[in-house]
Parts: sequence; C-alpha cells; structure tokens
Amino acid sequence: MRNTMNKLMKTTALALAVASFATWASMPANAAGDTPKPPAQNWSFNGMFGTFDRAAAQRGLQVYREVCSGCHSLRLVHFRQLSGLGYTAAQIKAMAAEVEVQDGPNDEGDMFERAGLPADRFPSPFENVQAAAAANSGKAPPDLSLMTKARFNGPDYVHALLTGYADAPSGVAVPDGGNYNTYFPGHIIAMAPPLTDEGVEYQDGTKATVAQMAKDVSTFMAWTAEPELEERKSMGVKVLLFLIILSGLLYAVKRKIWEDVH
Amino acid sequence: MSEKQMHPLIQWIDYRLPVFSFMEHELHEYPTPKNLNYWWNFGSLAGIVLVIMLVSGIVLAMHYTAHVDYAFDSVERIMRDVNYGWLIRYIHMNGGSMFFIVVYIHMFRGLYYGSYQAPRELLWMLGVFILLAMMATAFMGYVLPWGQMSFWGATVITNLFSAIPWVGDSIVTLLWGGFSVDNPTLNRFYSLHYLMPFVIVGLVVLHLWALHMHKSNNPIGIDAKTDQDCIPFHPYYTAKDMFGLGLFLIFFAYFVFFAPNFFGEPDNYIEANPLVTPAHIVPEWYFLPYYAILRAFTADFLVYQVISLGGFLMTAKLAGVIAMFASILLLLLMPWLDGSKVKSSKFRPIYAMFFWIFFLDCIVLGVVGGKPAEGVWIYIGQVTTTYYFVHLLIVIPLVSRLERPKTPPDSISAAVTKAEG
Repeated sequence: MRNTMNKLMKTTALALAVASFATWASMPANAAGDTPKPPAQNWSFNGMFGTFDRAAAQRGLQVYREVCSGCHSLRLVHFRQLSGLGYTAAQIKAMAAEVEVQDGPNDEGDMFERAGLPADRFPSPFENVQAAAAANSGKAPPDLSLMTKARFNGPDYVHALLTGYADAPSGVAVPDGGNYNTYFPGHIIAMAPPLTDEGVEYQDGTKATVAQMAKDVSTFMAWTAEPELEERKSMGVKVLLFLIILSGLLYAVKRKIWEDVH
Repeated sequence: MSEKQMHPLIQWIDYRLPVFSFMEHELHEYPTPKNLNYWWNFGSLAGIVLVIMLVSGIVLAMHYTAHVDYAFDSVERIMRDVNYGWLIRYIHMNGGSMFFIVVYIHMFRGLYYGSYQAPRELLWMLGVFILLAMMATAFMGYVLPWGQMSFWGATVITNLFSAIPWVGDSIVTLLWGGFSVDNPTLNRFYSLHYLMPFVIVGLVVLHLWALHMHKSNNPIGIDAKTDQDCIPFHPYYTAKDMFGLGLFLIFFAYFVFFAPNFFGEPDNYIEANPLVTPAHIVPEWYFLPYYAILRAFTADFLVYQVISLGGFLMTAKLAGVIAMFASILLLLLMPWLDGSKVKSSKFRPIYAMFFWIFFLDCIVLGVVGGKPAEGVWIYIGQVTTTYYFVHLLIVIPLVSRLERPKTPPDSISAAVTKAEG
C-alpha cells in the first residue's frame, strides 16, 4: 500500500514537472500581452533534413536589395558567402562590384572609393547608428543579419510581421509616423508597410505578391542568420546515427561484461 | 597488473612516481558496490562534460575578443568564418546547460539516497562548492557574447550586491571596474571565466579524493561489508558509464545540431545596448529557481515581514539576496539537518514523499523564475519559496528524526540476490 502510494506520488510529481516545464517552454517569457503567436509556416529549412529553398532565398535577396536595404543594414554578411545560396563566383563578383566601398588609407595616406569585392560586407544604408536614427524619427532600423535568431519563432515572426499590417481596431489610436501591425509587440510600428504587390519584378518571373515576397525574404533572412544550418543538420544526422549505433554496441558490451555478476 | 607484469620502463617510472599503481588501484581494482543503478552514472558524466567545456572553451578563447566594441562581432565571426566555429560554440553554449542538467540530477540522486550522510559529509559539501563555482563560471560566461541579455543580466545580478549594507555600492563598483557594466567588467569577467574552470577542476580532484576514501554510497544505503558486495570499477562500471555516456551524447548532440538555441534567449542575438532595456530580463534556465526566490521577497511578503521584524532589520531586496544565497548554502548542512540512521529513501517512505514534493517545488520555482513578476506568479513564487526553506529547515530535521524507517537488508549482496529472486 505504502509502496503504491509512493509510486503514485513519484509519477504524479514527475508528470506535473514535465507538464509545467512544457507549458513554460511553450510560453516565452516575453510573450507580450495581446500579441498573437505568429502562425507557423511550412519552411523548407524546418525539420532534421531541412535545406534552404535556393530559389526562394535568391528572390529574398532581391527583395532585400531592392526594398529593405534602403533602411536596414546586413552588416554581418559578406558577398562571398552568397555562394551558399547557389550563386556562382562570377555572379557574386558582379553583385559586389555594383556597390562603392571606401578603402584605404593608400600609400599617400588618403581614403579612396573603389568597386566592391566578394570579400566586402553588404554596405549599410547609413554612416552610423546616429545617422540611421536621425533619418528614421529617432530610432535606427535594426540590422537584419541575425533577425530570425533574435526573435521568438524568428522566420514565422518576420513573415507574420511583413503580412500583418491592418487597419487599427476602433479605439486604438495610431500616433503620427506609426502603423498598426497585428504581430508587432504593442502593435504600433514605425516601419511603414514595406511590401506592395508587384513592388519587385522578380528575375525568375514569379508573381511578386506581398505574401510571396514576405515568404522569400524571410527565407533569405533565415539564411543570413544561420548560414551554417544545412551543414549543421546534415552533420547532425550522421552524428546521431553514429551515436545510436555506438550506444547499441556499448549496451551489448555492458550486458556481456555484467553477465556473471550476481 | 602486478609488479611482475609491468613493462620494465613502466616499473622504473612507477618505482619513482607511482602513477601506474595509483591508476591501477583507483580506477581498476577500486571496489564499487555492485548494486549501483543508472542514477550513479551522472557523476562521471559531469566529469566528462567538464572536460568538453574546457576543450571547447579553450578553442573559443583563441577566436574571441574581449572588448565591448568587438565581442559580439567576434562571436559572430566564430559562427560564420572560423572552421567549424559554429560547432564549437554550440557545443560550449549547450554544454553549459548539459552541465547543469547532469549536476542537478547528480545532486537530487544524492539527496534521495542520503549520499551526504556520514562519513561522506565533506564529499557532499565539496559538491555544493563545485555547484557554486559552476554558477559563477556560467554567469560570467553568459556575459561574454555581449548580447542584450548578457549586458542586462550582468547589470541586474551585479546590482544585487548593492543591497549589502554600507559596503554594497563599493563592492558593485569593484565588480564593474567602474560605474556601470562596461569594458572593464567584460575584461575581468573573461579573465575569471577562464580561471574558474580550473578552480572547479581542483575542487573535483578533492571531491574524488573524498569519494575514494569511503567509496560510493548505493541505492540501499548500507555499507559494503564483504568482497561479495563489491565489484572492481573496471571493467564493470567503465562499461556501464560508457553506455550511459553514449545515451547522454545522443541527447546533447540533438540540441547542438537541431535545436542549438533552445536553451538560449533570442535577445542575446541583439548586441548589448545600455540605452535599451529588454522587456523581460531573464537569466539562463538553470538560475531560474534562485531568481524566483530572490524576487519572492517583496515588502509585503509575510516571511520577509517576520524575519526582518516588520521591515526593521533589512530591506526586502537584501532579504531576497540573502535567501537566494542561503538556498544553496543551506545544502551544506544537509548531513546534519537529516538525523536519520538510515540513508536511502527506499526505507523512508514518508521522507521519500517529501523528497518528491521538494523536487516538484524546485521545478515550480524554475517556472516562476521565467515568468514576469506579476499577478498570480508572485504568490506561487512566495509559496514555493517558503516551502523550499520549510523543507530544509523543518521538514527534514523533523521527519528524519520521527519517522521509523523500514529495516534495510543485511548486506548489498543479500539485497541483490533477493531482487533476482
């Protein structure tokens, strides 16, 4: 009887512990008030075998270059890394050459402008944070290199934010220079809706709807945040397989060695 | 391996510096109770995780720059440009969480089976000191990537010391190396983060030394009496530990490769900005129970009102800081708080029941620590904080002295034979 009670207690304690942990884990500490959880999208890079949809990421790069880059920097990404998205060395060289980069000092001690090289970073739209803030009513637009890692449910959040502009519900006052967004914490966001249908003419002919562009640019940003993702996952599958087989063998060894212990 | 079987060179060395007979004695022959269950795997696992942390950490230190202007970018350079940098960093980052998971299980095992009881009091106390050293190391390590949570976590936690009467503010200035968390803070934390693991190694050596004096406790908590009760550590427990290691590495690798940021906070991928405070500052998950205890002490908390004589003796903030440190330091007294003649909870059903309530209490404290301090969470935090101390200071001393335990078997081998029927 005691024993059963004890077992029951243990099971209950463990079950409660696991349940409360799961609840806590699924409810991020900074889930802000009434901001809904962004709907989960079916990303190509989800799951243990996920990879980046190259076409989507390349379209996303085009959206970044033609739309986002007007205000947002991407300072941790180098042109050379674009080979990870399937661009050839020649394409990367050409893309880098389109930007002007300040270099120097040269032998005379002067700074000079030159065409960008694959080894250069993506140029930032503003000289510094202060300039970025001054041009954007006091708050600098955040850098996008790590955006999907810097938010809960990153890619889903970016996608939801870009498609989440709506008319403010009655009773909600939207201040000047603000915009109502369903998924932004607090709902009032300074960024005006950045995407419009056909705002970009896709090189691959895909119809550029807001939903399409949001999905593409989120895929691109997932790549800028985690360029190692594909290598990581494919290595992980091999490591797990190896460890599972190794553990099986080690279990057999343990059984064999312990056979004669009584 | 007797003297005769040794290679002459090994014999020559061993005669002058007996490392080989030492290893033979302490790792091979070392008699170990034969009834240890899988909960006893976590000690050696903790040792292995410590080595993983040291190795990955030393490699990371080769690429990291401890300066407020470069720290964040140098970590991202490791993630993007250093060969397998992402792997090394994710191992180190998740390794911290793994270390605490393993050590917490190791400690709860000790609490359940009474492993802290005589003659293993110092062994247990050294373990508590290892936990404290780990906490200091982990806290300072979390500051190094210089993200938002690094900066604000460091600000909040170092500020706690300002609650100390008279000297508090001077201590905080000393910790910071200035008047706010800034470059000097980052530099000293980096230096200490590199130093502390070697302090832990020293404590682990003492911990193992104390262990080898009276050997492992075991699930039925009675001492080994005859050779029948023990088996040599090698090959029996080396084989068992290796299997456990395999399973643990599967668990570890899953997080490293498929959910590397599960234990982290997204805010730490935003570079530190002293002008922008995150909406909710939360410590790493392994600090959440202590954080909940710290925050439970509000001015209207009844326990605070009582211990401070109605707010006369100390501020609520100081009481919270004292309670937070006391929650760990009290564990040092476990061997004396527990007055039972029987070690293992297997023979102490009432004590065992309270053990599981305490376990649950710690989990709930962890959940509360991750919530904003508002609404019902404040009360849950205060109730669970109260129980934490009631358990250690009242329940354990009373139950252990009043409960009549069941009679343990005569010997380990008798118990094993009986179990096999």
